[in-house]
Amino acid sequence: MLQFIGRRLLLALPTLLGVATLTFFMLHVLPGDLVETMLRAEGGNPSVELVAAERARLGLDQPLIVQYFEFLKGLAVLDLGQSHWTGKPVAEEIFSRLPVTLEVAALSMIVAIALAIPLGTIAGMYPGSTVDYAIRSFAIAGIALPSFWFGMVVALAMLWYFNWLPPLGTASLFKNPLTALQQLILPAIAVGYRYSAILIRMMRSSVIETMHEDFVRTARAKGLAMRTIIRRHVIPNSLLPTITMIGLEFALLVGSLVVIEQVFSLNGIGRLFIESVSRSDFIVIQGIVMVLTLIFIAVNFLVDLAYAVIDPRIQLG
Amino acid sequence: MQARPDAAAEPLLSVRNLNVQFRSNDRLLHIVRDVSYDVRAGELVALVGESGCGKSVSSLAVMRLLSDPTTTRFSGEVRLAGRDYLRLPESEMRRLRGRDIAMVFQEPMTSLNPLMTVGRQIMEPMLEHLDIDRAAARERAIDLLKRVGVTDPKRRMDQYPHEFSGGMRQRVVIAIALSCNPKVIIADEPTTALDVTIQAQILDLLRALVKETGVGLVLITHNLALVARYADRVNVMYGGRIIESGTVEDVLRQPRHRYTAGLLMAVPRLDLPRAARLHTIPGQPPSPARFPSGCAFSPRCGAATAACGSVPADTVTRDRRYACFHPVVDVLPQEGEHAAAGAEHTFGTTVLSVRGLTRHFHLKRRAVVRAVEDVSFDIPQGGTLGLVGESGCGKTTVVRTLLRLQSATSGRADFAGQDILSAGKRDLVALRRQIQVVYQDPSTSLNPRHRIASILAEPLLVHGLCKSQGEARARVEELLGLVGLPAEMAERYPHQMSGGQRQRVGIARALGMNPRLIVCDEPVSALDVSIQAQIMNLLADLQAKLGLSYLFVAHDLAVVRHISDVVAVMYLGRVVETATRAELFSTPRHPYTRALLAAVPSFAADAGQGPEAKITGELPSPLNPPSGCVFRTRCPMAVEACAKVVPPPVAFSDTHRVACIRV
Repeated sequence: MLQFIGRRLLLALPTLLGVATLTFFMLHVLPGDLVETMLRAEGGNPSVELVAAERARLGLDQPLIVQYFEFLKGLAVLDLGQSHWTGKPVAEEIFSRLPVTLEVAALSMIVAIALAIPLGTIAGMYPGSTVDYAIRSFAIAGIALPSFWFGMVVALAMLWYFNWLPPLGTASLFKNPLTALQQLILPAIAVGYRYSAILIRMMRSSVIETMHEDFVRTARAKGLAMRTIIRRHVIPNSLLPTITMIGLEFALLVGSLVVIEQVFSLNGIGRLFIESVSRSDFIVIQGIVMVLTLIFIAVNFLVDLAYAVIDPRIQLG
Repeated sequence: MQARPDAAAEPLLSVRNLNVQFRSNDRLLHIVRDVSYDVRAGELVALVGESGCGKSVSSLAVMRLLSDPTTTRFSGEVRLAGRDYLRLPESEMRRLRGRDIAMVFQEPMTSLNPLMTVGRQIMEPMLEHLDIDRAAARERAIDLLKRVGVTDPKRRMDQYPHEFSGGMRQRVVIAIALSCNPKVIIADEPTTALDVTIQAQILDLLRALVKETGVGLVLITHNLALVARYADRVNVMYGGRIIESGTVEDVLRQPRHRYTAGLLMAVPRLDLPRAARLHTIPGQPPSPARFPSGCAFSPRCGAATAACGSVPADTVTRDRRYACFHPVVDVLPQEGEHAAAGAEHTFGTTVLSVRGLTRHFHLKRRAVVRAVEDVSFDIPQGGTLGLVGESGCGKTTVVRTLLRLQSATSGRADFAGQDILSAGKRDLVALRRQIQVVYQDPSTSLNPRHRIASILAEPLLVHGLCKSQGEARARVEELLGLVGLPAEMAERYPHQMSGGQRQRVGIARALGMNPRLIVCDEPVSALDVSIQAQIMNLLADLQAKLGLSYLFVAHDLAVVRHISDVVAVMYLGRVVETATRAELFSTPRHPYTRALLAAVPSFAADAGQGPEAKITGELPSPLNPPSGCVFRTRCPMAVEACAKVVPPPVAFSDTHRVACIRV
């Protein structure tokens, strides 16, 4: 077990290095100069000398390869550097906003799984039936509708029919859970619905396959009730591929979050990301990408652990 | 044989005029037609037939397990202890299933839930149907495991199915079936997926349980020899009907129906002198989508007349019934058409000579699987070497290394003056042309998207044996003719052919290269008995006509005896005995060979096997093979010395070598 964790951590290193390299060079291919943008934002037309001095102060006059190794050196000691724009440490910028994002992500995942397992199972039990068509249409709609649009519609609908608006401001899920939940539930539904669409389809096809397995026939020959067979034999065996999908689709979830935070004006990582892009604040963007990569690796690690818990045939190590 | 159950006793299970119809693409397929049979307490009733005859569907119907009730129609009666349950609502039927009537399935590897402990799976039906608590159910489950021959049942209870071998899993499935003391058990091909020694263990167990507990057992099988050895009564099915039934002695000794007689003569049998040719039934079993009208067997029957266009009524005598207008009146000939005694070939030259072939697989943490260890044999020019052994004995690895699909760890294999195992790339191309393969499963070894013409033409063009498409086309037709297929078949896709026809295409593809040696890897094990005989005769004809040599890999000893001139028996990566056919089957020397032969169900009623022939236990892991003689852990004759040295081959004649220190 420990050996397994150790090996996975070692394997994560090349992944992180690859992501760091790709992100760094891709960002520097993009047009836009941080210093000019920043100085112009302060008003006036900065002189060439001023720009050059500012660039020198931030170390942007160094050759790209030197900047790259500076970045890697920072990463090695878990230092993501300072934001060029605000001058604050990138880590601080990110971690002050991370909780909101993670809360929405976790809630979305719960919404998605709560939708996907029952709906996927029912659809898979009666393929080709009206219920199946209804559930599949629901799933297709989830993939087709952009989550920001769906989020807005849900918010408007709540306002229109119940005259309800999520409370303003930021509340911590731990200090003020009720307010926080009210704020987070709409974005979580908007993102979770989309996330669930893929999981429903996965669960459905996985249940259809499991229903034809010999051991399900054995269970029927034992005289078990259909409900028991589904609960005890079909669902556990169908969960395996669905769980893999949860890990893989986590990237998509993050993508949706960036957008949904704008719609519901949540001050999370997504917000920070968009702000940093418009400011060409590369250091922060790099930092965000690195943190998200780490979270993605962690989620997939948990998925593998879950796999080993559910399936006795899989031995970690 | 135990006392025959009282024929007058009330049957436990009584099936009357069972009909099953499926709706498929707006057509109604009438799969099971007027099937009637009885099972009495302590009786083992066989339902025997080839694929598509309706034997499995009829028993699933008896269990009421056919998956989709909306597309399936039943009629008739199925009485369990006098009560007809065919029309019970599912909620009540469920209470019978598993409690009064239980089932054992074919595939032990997939019949158990991989995510649940074996113990819980055995306890499940008890907790569902019986009024007992978990602790009592657990006690009983442990007891059941012990009864079906699982050692250390307490510990095994908490293990998962993947920690059990196939034979052990089948024992668990039997324990599940027994868990609620059912009146009747239906076993659908319970040993088809298992090795012959394990098959004997499982069926001995089932038979003992039937006699001991008085449960009625329906044994569904395609294997007539199993019926002969284990069943009390037999029902032969063809085209959805039971066409003949009676006691096993009557039906197998003196079949009345033309199909039963034909089937019995098509099976290669170890208890009869070897026939030069197998009797065949022309054509193939009908597909359930198109059962012929009238007597379904008439299109394949030599005795058919105009009368056979209508369904024959049952002829009923004292204890048997059959439905045939032209029943067989003679006693079945007790030997082949002309026994080939004394017609043993002598072979001068050797086409392939294998010496010291070894293949190890290196796993993680320095573990080594000794898949093949020091294997030597010679294939005679124009003759056949049968390589026989149970699954995991290394025969497939031998084949793969000889074809250079895998490299050997050491050893040599001389073919046409060259060592195959060390041949360079260019030589290998030429060697591969001279050594061709026929695979086991004809339905997966042909590309489903290609027509037969292009499947056969491709290697001809690749190897430059045909210069143009036209030339290849002519050669394809010639090849099809050689394997007995009409030229029109060239336009078909593999799925438009039957299994036997596809295997003929597989053989034609191999012949296209004008090979000297053909490696046949279990070429008939996926085929029905009547088709198997056709393919074996075809292989023999081609050998005589083209002077081919065969390396024939198989697990079925009767098949091996029929086709081979020389036989090599493998066990756990080693050859334990090599001999000519006559030597091996008349005087088997190695205890493993003897055990293997004893385990093969034979038609001879209770052929007296000495207790020393019984083989117990299971194949040890090749990861950690026993020291000295690899067979000693299961050998009834093993002594201490067997653990010390690997037994060197002892020669009994020029051709008979046995690796055992106790012979």
